[in-house]
Amino acid sequence: MEKKPIIEMRGITKRFGQVAANDDINLELYCGEILALLGENGSGKTTLMNMLSGIYQPDSGEIYENGERIYIRSPHDAFLHGIGMIHQHYKLIEVFTAAQNIILGLDEEKMDLAKTNVRVKEICDRYGFEIDPARKVYDMSVSQKQTIEIVKVLYRGAEILILDEPTAVLTPQETQKLFNVLRNMKEDGKAIIIITHKLNEVMEVSDRVAVLRKGRYVGCVDTKDTDPQALTDMMVGHSVSLNIDRPRYEHPEKRLIVENLTCIDDEGVKKLDSVSFTAYSGEILGVAGISGSGQKELLEAMSGLYPLREGSIRFVNDDGSEKELAGLPPMKIRKAGVGMAFVPEDRLGMGLVGSMGMTGNMMLRSWKDGKGALLHKKDPNALAKKILEELDVVTPDVNFPVRKLSGGNVQKVLVGREISIGPAVLLTAYAVRGLDINTSYTIYNLLTEQKMKGVAVIYVGEDLDVLLELADRILVLCGGQVSGIVDARKTTKDEIGLLMTQFNSKEEKAHE
Amino acid sequence: MSEEVRTPLIRLEKRSGMDKKKVWAIRVASILVALILGCIPMIISGNNPFSAYGVIIQGSLSRPVYIRQTIKIAIPLLGCALAIAPCFKMRFWNIGAEGQITIGAMCATYFALYWYDKVPHVVLLLIMFLAAVIGGGIWALIPAFFKAKWNTNETLFTLMMNYIAIGIVAWLQGGPWEGRKGSQLIPMFNDAARLPDVFKVHCGWIVVLVLVVLMYIYMNKTKQGYEIAVIGDSVNTARYAGMNVGQIMMRTMFISGAISGLVGFLTVSGANYTLFSGVADGVGFTAITVAWLSQLNSFAMIAISMMLAVLEKGANTLQTRLQVPASISDIITGILLFTMLSCEFFINYRIIFRSRTGKEEKV
Repeated sequence: MEKKPIIEMRGITKRFGQVAANDDINLELYCGEILALLGENGSGKTTLMNMLSGIYQPDSGEIYENGERIYIRSPHDAFLHGIGMIHQHYKLIEVFTAAQNIILGLDEEKMDLAKTNVRVKEICDRYGFEIDPARKVYDMSVSQKQTIEIVKVLYRGAEILILDEPTAVLTPQETQKLFNVLRNMKEDGKAIIIITHKLNEVMEVSDRVAVLRKGRYVGCVDTKDTDPQALTDMMVGHSVSLNIDRPRYEHPEKRLIVENLTCIDDEGVKKLDSVSFTAYSGEILGVAGISGSGQKELLEAMSGLYPLREGSIRFVNDDGSEKELAGLPPMKIRKAGVGMAFVPEDRLGMGLVGSMGMTGNMMLRSWKDGKGALLHKKDPNALAKKILEELDVVTPDVNFPVRKLSGGNVQKVLVGREISIGPAVLLTAYAVRGLDINTSYTIYNLLTEQKMKGVAVIYVGEDLDVLLELADRILVLCGGQVSGIVDARKTTKDEIGLLMTQFNSKEEKAHE
Repeated sequence: MSEEVRTPLIRLEKRSGMDKKKVWAIRVASILVALILGCIPMIISGNNPFSAYGVIIQGSLSRPVYIRQTIKIAIPLLGCALAIAPCFKMRFWNIGAEGQITIGAMCATYFALYWYDKVPHVVLLLIMFLAAVIGGGIWALIPAFFKAKWNTNETLFTLMMNYIAIGIVAWLQGGPWEGRKGSQLIPMFNDAARLPDVFKVHCGWIVVLVLVVLMYIYMNKTKQGYEIAVIGDSVNTARYAGMNVGQIMMRTMFISGAISGLVGFLTVSGANYTLFSGVADGVGFTAITVAWLSQLNSFAMIAISMMLAVLEKGANTLQTRLQVPASISDIITGILLFTMLSCEFFINYRIIFRSRTGKEEKV
C-alpha cells in the first residue's frame, strides 16, 4: 500500500557563511511512525529540524505538507502547520507553573487556567504523562520539564513532533517512560522525529532511520532491516585519505599520568567517571567521542579550571620526578613550572579577549611578568608580530580587535600564543572546527611539529578521518568514561564509531 | 517564485571598522541631534528654544561666578564617574555610588565634628580624607564580597545599599549628631574641617583632575587595569588566564567605593560644610550617564560632566527667568543619553534596505 507522507522535504540546503550545514537533503515523514534522525555532531540534524520548526529558513529547497507546498517562516507558522519542536535546551519560564508555561503565547485562551488544567489533564491521560499543572517549573526535575515541553506542543494541536536529543539528560528509567509516551503518541497517529546519536535507542524505539553525514543525506532504512553495525557505517562513512604527515617520535616517555579522574557538575551529573590514561611525550593522543561525553571537562580539569571530585593528574618531569597537579588552579600550575598549554573550544569566550588586539591577547599569558604595577607591552608586542609573520595572520595590525578577525586567524593567534610558551603538554579542543582546509592543515602541521619537539599533545577532535591520520593513539570517551584506547595506525573508523556510541557493560550496570 | 528566497526589507550588517574621526563625528552629531530634540519640550511649554538655550549658556558660563558654580556641580559628577568606570569596564554594575558617597561623607563628618579641635587643620583634612576613602571602599566591598562568594546580583545589592546608607545618615541627623535639639540638622563644620579654595573654588577640582590622569593610567597601563579589561570581556577567559576573578572584583569595587567616598568628603568639606541624608543628591546615578557617554574614557568624562553641569546650572536660571521647569535639563540629559547610545549602534552596524532593483542601498 502506498502511504502518502505527511511531511516531505526536498533538496533542502542551508549555508552558514561558507559552511554548508545542510546540502541537498531529502526527507519524508509519515503519520503514525517514529523516525530517528541519526548522525554525528555537526552533521546537520538540528539545522534541518530547525528549518522544519521555523527557526531557520532554507537557502533553497522545498517543504511539502500532505503534498502541498508550505512556507515556514517562524515558529508560529510551524505551529499553524501542526509542527512542534522540543528543543534540547528547554525554553520554559522558571517562575511560572506548568499550566502557565503551556498556555504561554496563546492569546485565544485568555488565561483561563481552569479550562487549561482540564485540557492538560486530558492530554496527560491520553498519552501517559504525569504532571501537576499547578507546580512551578523551578521545582521540577529535568525530565518533568521535558514533559511540559512535550505537552505544550501537543496542547497547541501539533501532529508532527520533533524531539532534539530528548534522552541526553534523562536517566534510563526516565528514558523508558519517554519511549512509552512516544509509542502511545505514535498509536494515536502522530508523526514523530527524534534526533539522536545513540544507536541502542534508535533500535529500540524507531520505525525508520534517516542518516546524515557532514550535512549530506546518506540514506533511510527501516529499523527492522538494520543493525547497529550497519548504522555506524552509514554514520561515519568510509575513511577518506587526508594525507596528513605522521612521523614517529623516537623516544616517547611518560609525561602525564591521569588516574581515576571524576568530575561532577553543578546539577550533580557525572561528567567524568574514573578516567585513567597516560599521555606520552612526542605523541598526539587523539580524544574521540560524541560531543558532551566529557571532553570539555577532561581538558578543563587537566588545566585546573574544572573542580575534581576524585583522581590524580601527575606531571612527569624530564628527570623522572613527578608533580601532582590535581586541585591546583591554573596560576599554581604555571608557577610550578609545568608548561601546560591549552587551546580551548570556545576561542573568543575562553582562550582570547575578543575586544583586544593580538598584543593584548599575548599578554594573557604574561601580563604578570616584569616588575612593578605597570604593564610591560614590549615583549608581548614582539611576540604578536612574530606570530603574525610566522603564521600569516591576516589583520590590519597587532592592536586590531581579534573578535573582528576571521575564524582561521583567530585560531592562529590562539594556537600561536599557546605554542610560544614552549609547552610540555598541549591540550587542544576542536582545534580545526569551522576552519577552512588550508588553515586546518596549518594547524595539523603545527601540532605535529610540537609533537616532534617532544610535547605531549592531546587533541580532542570530532572528525574521525583526521583523528585516524593525525593521532598516534586514540582515546574514546563515552558518557564520561574511557570506552577504549586504541592504536590509531591499526584501528578503523568502525571500531571507533562503535566505541563512541555503545555504552559498555560497566555503564549499564552502573545505572541499574 | 518571489516567496522562495526573500530578503527582508531592512537588515543589519556588522561594520568591520570605521576610522576614528568618523566615529567621533557621529558622536558629536548625536549631541546636536539631542539638543535639537530638546527643543520639542521647550516649544510645547511655549518658549523659544533658541532663547532658552541662550539662557542656559548665559546662566552657567557668562560670568566667573556662574562658571565657578557650574564647576562646583561638575566636580562630584566627574569624580564619581571616574569611580564607576573600572566597575563598568569589568561589567560589574555598581549603581551604589550614591550610598558610597554618603558613607564616605559620613565618615569624614565624624572627624569634622569631633576632632576639629584636637589636630591641626591639614592633619584633620587628611584624616577626613582617609576615613572617607576607607569607609566608601568598605561599603562597596560588601556587595563585591557577596558577588564573589555566592554570585549575588550586584545591581540589586548595590542599589539597596544606597538606601541603607541614606537611612543611617538620616538617623544620625535626627539623633546622635543632631545639633540644636529638634533641628534635625547636623551642625556646620568648623573652619578647620573645610577645604581651602583655589581660584575661589574648593580645591576638590584639583583632586578630581589628578584622578582623571591616575585613572587613565590605571585603566590603560597597569596590570590591574588589564585584569579588569579581561574580566569585562569574558570571565571565562580571565579564569583561563589564571586570574582570581573574585579577588579582582573585590579589589576593584574597593577602589571604586574609595573614590566615591572621596567625592563624599569633597562634597561635605568643600561645598556643603555639613552632612545631611541627601548629600549625594543623585550624583551617583547621574555619574553613570557621564561614564557611559564618555565611553569610560577618563578625559572625555571632563567634557561630559561639564556639559551636564552646564545644563543643570543653566536650567536653574531658566526656571527663574523664563519659568521653564528646571527639570528640562533632566529631559535633555535623557535625550542625550538616548541619542548617544543609539549612535553606538550606527557605529557598529550598517542598515541595508532592500531595493526593488535588487541592488542594495547601504546606509
